[in-house]
Amino acid sequence: MDLQGQDVRGVSEAVPVATRAAPPAGVVHGGAELAASLVPRAPSPLRRALARVGHLWLLAVFLVLWQVVSVYGQRINPQLDVMLPPPTAVVSAAAELLQRGVLLVHVRDSLYRVLLAVGAAALLGIPLGLGMGWSRRFRAAVDPLLEFIRPIPPLAWIPLSILWFGIGDAQIVYIIFLAAFFPVVLNSMAGARDVDTYLVRASQSLGASRRELFTTVVLPAALPSIFTGLRIGLGIGWMALVAGELVAAPSGLGYMINNARTLFRSDYILLGMVLIGVLGLLLDYLMRRLERLAMPWYRGLAR
Amino acid sequence: MSTTDPGSAQVDVRHVSKVHLSMKGEPLLALVDVDFQVRQNEFFSIVGPSGCGKTTLLNLLAGFEQPTRGELRVAGDVITTPGWDRAVVFQEYALFPWYTVEDNIRYGLKRKRIAEGEQRRLVDHYVSLVGLRGFESRYPHELSGGMRQRVSIARALAVNPCILLMDEPFASLDVQTREYMQDELLKIWQREPKTVIFVTHSIDEAIKLSDRIAIMAPRPGRVQEIKTVDFPRPRDPTDPDVVHLAADVKRWLRGQVQEV
Repeated sequence: MDLQGQDVRGVSEAVPVATRAAPPAGVVHGGAELAASLVPRAPSPLRRALARVGHLWLLAVFLVLWQVVSVYGQRINPQLDVMLPPPTAVVSAAAELLQRGVLLVHVRDSLYRVLLAVGAAALLGIPLGLGMGWSRRFRAAVDPLLEFIRPIPPLAWIPLSILWFGIGDAQIVYIIFLAAFFPVVLNSMAGARDVDTYLVRASQSLGASRRELFTTVVLPAALPSIFTGLRIGLGIGWMALVAGELVAAPSGLGYMINNARTLFRSDYILLGMVLIGVLGLLLDYLMRRLERLAMPWYRGLAR
Repeated sequence: MSTTDPGSAQVDVRHVSKVHLSMKGEPLLALVDVDFQVRQNEFFSIVGPSGCGKTTLLNLLAGFEQPTRGELRVAGDVITTPGWDRAVVFQEYALFPWYTVEDNIRYGLKRKRIAEGEQRRLVDHYVSLVGLRGFESRYPHELSGGMRQRVSIARALAVNPCILLMDEPFASLDVQTREYMQDELLKIWQREPKTVIFVTHSIDEAIKLSDRIAIMAPRPGRVQEIKTVDFPRPRDPTDPDVVHLAADVKRWLRGQVQEV
């Protein structure tokens, strides 16, 4: 991508001089061909796949080390069987729970709660944040209230939220929502507030109304910040989910971990932890894909 | 200092003063009693050292700021807000990164509610005029500085403004590109005459392009003198008359800076 970008720039620098003599269209056409011929040929699929997983070597070393410590350590200290089951035990635990059909239910319930809560945080938080960034008076009014609630950790809400919502999805969704809401609001606000003055002036001098200024300049300019807020919100929400499910839940990965603790099944505990990590990574990856899809113009700017 | 009959003036700046407030709240005199007129289709440059208020003056003309005293008129109407009768070209281009070249040029046309077909024709025309055919669907970050500035000029011209306000448009370009852009701007201006108010800190640039040059002095910002440049275009920078005028203005400006 970087290489292509540089090629394009190299060619375009040449155009002003060339346009004096030749019609620009011809020059540009030749330039594109030249650029294409300069791009190195794509490597074979095998090499590409290798390059992709090549940097995961440290993770592989970590897994092997874990396995070795766990298996050989048990000869010295038998308690290690419970304290630190090896990765292979985690894999077989996953197979066992999949077969019993409970694993996917836990994953599904946890994902459902997080997506519902983050969706609600986005639905309320993005407009609120944009409004605060757009209007100084609105921000001045809302800010004190927001800054008062924000430092209260979502975990501190758990007892009260159980009284309000009982034990179930609603209570956990509420906890995740609280965790995800603030990063979404604050980043949306910063995005709308810090729009380049020159872009605003350019828009106004080209005849944009207030409404058009908002939809064609402020909103797209805030979009990168909005996505940052959503990604942070999703990450924090995912952490809050586990905490919420640890305390009071009928299902979910947090519930699975806590339940396994009472059964001394540390392989289930580790499986739950690994799944939380992997799913968190996956959600962030999907969010980044969505970000690229929504802002094709942003890739070259984010250096 | 009124050199033209106000009746025929396109731009009429009347005894304008502007006070800015510093961070501490102290008043700073940015402009004092600025008074000049610009004729229709005139190429009018404003030069001066930094801090002389030339950008402030342009912001007042664009309607981004309001004068503390005096008034500015375009075609008889007092300037109160920004509008497409006065299109602005900024030093740092100010292109919308989320729009392609084509959509950037189209931006003002859409705001003007021009019919779709006419929009396409105008975009096409201005893309050709600034020599960007083949780059219509590129995003600004994929273009060089010179190309970005050409998009910005095309975007400003497309709305058919009465006046083109340019704030050091070529200052961040390299020397070759800058000279090329100056030639292009002159060509465009001769093909489609417009009133141009051109802010620059380069005396050579002002002499190469302008019909008249307002020379400003700093602290407080004011128009010191207005020089008429009546050599025929294209102007050769080595022409003795041009050299003489440039040296004259530069000597005078150097005296200004040392005075402070």
